Amino acid sequence: MIEARDLTKRYGEKLAVDHLSFTVEAGRVTGFLGPNGAGKSTTMRLILGLDHPQSGTATIDGRRYADLAQPLRTVGALLEARSMHPGRSAYNHLLFLAQTQGLPRSRVDQVLDLVGLGEVARKRTGGYSLGMGQRVGIAVALLGDPQVLMLDEPVNGLDPEGILWIRNLMKQLAAEGRTVFVSSHLMNEMAVTADHLIVIGRGKLIADCSTQEFIERSSEKYVLVRSPDAARLADLVAAEGGKATIREQPARDDHAREAPAREAPAQDAPAGDEPAGDADGARAARRPAPEVDITGLDAPRIGEIAAANRIVLHELTPQLASLEEAYMELTADSSEFGTGRASASPQPAAASPGTPPGGGSPGGHSPGDPARVAAAQERTE
Amino acid sequence: MTSTSPPVRATRPAVPPPAHRVGFGHLMLAEWTKIRSVRSTLWTLLLFVVVTLGLTALLTWLTVHALNQGKATGRGASIVADPTSFILGTGLGLGQLAICVLGVLVITSEYSTGTIRASLLAVPKRLPMLAAKSAVFSVLVLVIGEIVAFGSFLIGSALTRSLVKVSLSDPNVTRAVLGAGLYLTVLGLFALAIGNLIRHTAGAITTVIGLVLVIGPLLALLPYSWGAHIHEYFPTVAGVLITADHQQADQLLSPWQGFGIFCLWTALLLAIGAFLLQRRDT
Repeated sequence: MIEARDLTKRYGEKLAVDHLSFTVEAGRVTGFLGPNGAGKSTTMRLILGLDHPQSGTATIDGRRYADLAQPLRTVGALLEARSMHPGRSAYNHLLFLAQTQGLPRSRVDQVLDLVGLGEVARKRTGGYSLGMGQRVGIAVALLGDPQVLMLDEPVNGLDPEGILWIRNLMKQLAAEGRTVFVSSHLMNEMAVTADHLIVIGRGKLIADCSTQEFIERSSEKYVLVRSPDAARLADLVAAEGGKATIREQPARDDHAREAPAREAPAQDAPAGDEPAGDADGARAARRPAPEVDITGLDAPRIGEIAAANRIVLHELTPQLASLEEAYMELTADSSEFGTGRASASPQPAAASPGTPPGGGSPGGHSPGDPARVAAAQERTE
Repeated sequence: MTSTSPPVRATRPAVPPPAHRVGFGHLMLAEWTKIRSVRSTLWTLLLFVVVTLGLTALLTWLTVHALNQGKATGRGASIVADPTSFILGTGLGLGQLAICVLGVLVITSEYSTGTIRASLLAVPKRLPMLAAKSAVFSVLVLVIGEIVAFGSFLIGSALTRSLVKVSLSDPNVTRAVLGAGLYLTVLGLFALAIGNLIRHTAGAITTVIGLVLVIGPLLALLPYSWGAHIHEYFPTVAGVLITADHQQADQLLSPWQGFGIFCLWTALLLAIGAFLLQRRDT
């Protein structure tokens, strides 16, 4: 079990890790997710005692890394940066590490075979490909047969076969009851590997929940409806407990794609914009009917409501935001090297932690939960 | 290259439970593996041996030859007055630079390649790693240094036999020759300490060689007695006193005092480096 408590690390002016607290449990793969520059590698280095935090503590099974007597037997780490001499063979790199822990030479051969480097192990690592270098790093992590594994971007440089291999390896290590903490900036990679996610942005915790829960709450389900009578439909949907957001139709000539949406709770819906009467109907038919995003009701129910109230529907499409998209939205405000898209937004709502470690209530999400707020905010900009 | 499903058993078996606490000996073994498993060690040491023995033979022979031809020079005078210092000074003067380079490399190559992260993950208390590295490197340089020092002396004394007889049984000669090996050992540690402080290969090598070849000799030009003090207490200047069998008339420090001063400087730099190693991020 890895515990980070209030970790803070500042490099000069830059706050790399900002009062970060989380717990990584044994027996499952915990993904450590965040955009580039979010502080993932720094956090791992703080846990491993390579960097010193300004405040806070990190412990592994209750002890600081520096206090571990034979650390490689307790924690296996793969760092993002290459940490081996190009002029030294993989075998000798592992051998000197094994010697510091009192491990036999046979163990070196064993892990080298395990990662598939048995035949090239006596060659200097300078000639290795990125993927082979990564395998050496994984061999180092496994050397002491540790109960805790920390892998920083392990799939970097691996070919598809290697990626599959490392995925299975991580799952298997977790199944053996070990703690597996793996960082990535790729949501899709984590979605297939991790059981639990810790998401950070700009050094702050964004979410700490199961992958399942993260997917459910991030990939917001909604139904896209197109109707000339959008305002009335919105009223009816609201009455049924759903939530309807009418998108204003883009004017024909100017920036069509940038159409802003706005919240349209039933009562406030401005009637003036909407084509209501039959006279307008013909004209309205020539331009597309307003779009309504509806959440909280499924497509069949919306269709039934519309039919019962004689509302014409031009389109009724269930939508599922992709996971990657949801992740982008969630971390957009906290991206270190953003493209400026979300720069205007104030204090990101996304920064509030999700469910607290351990005590979260999975399942239905409240309207105020971070993922949804972040998504809504994004859309209103 | 690998099967896509990792063999389960391979991570599980075999690792014997830690029978005993890992001792300093394990760390020294690991440092020895590090030193011997990169080519730069072999090449630098080879260069050291060849340059030192080669130059000793060449310069001694040339000087003796010149004297026999009747060309008396300052150099020629010193070979008669203080043959041991002459012999040990000729080759080692340049050969010592290889030891400086190696001393710097054993630590800075860890920083430049990132190996330091692997090393510190294995030894998170950090100090034992530096201590083991210093110990292993010292022993290596001491062994090679003494062999080369005695080799130089034997070559040199054989070549000067026609002019002046000098042997290990003469007073102070054995101390001077043994001292040359000791000087090289401390010089290597001195370079290692500076490498540990600077952490960059080029910067550290430039600094060490600058101190040994430029600053040290330049300080001899300082006037008055305070200038002489600064010069003689300078690390490498003090250290090299132990390789002379005759004490100069105006010499402030005895050979062993000089060597002690050099050791103190080196210990100080190592201590500062150890302190910084604990505190720095890597």
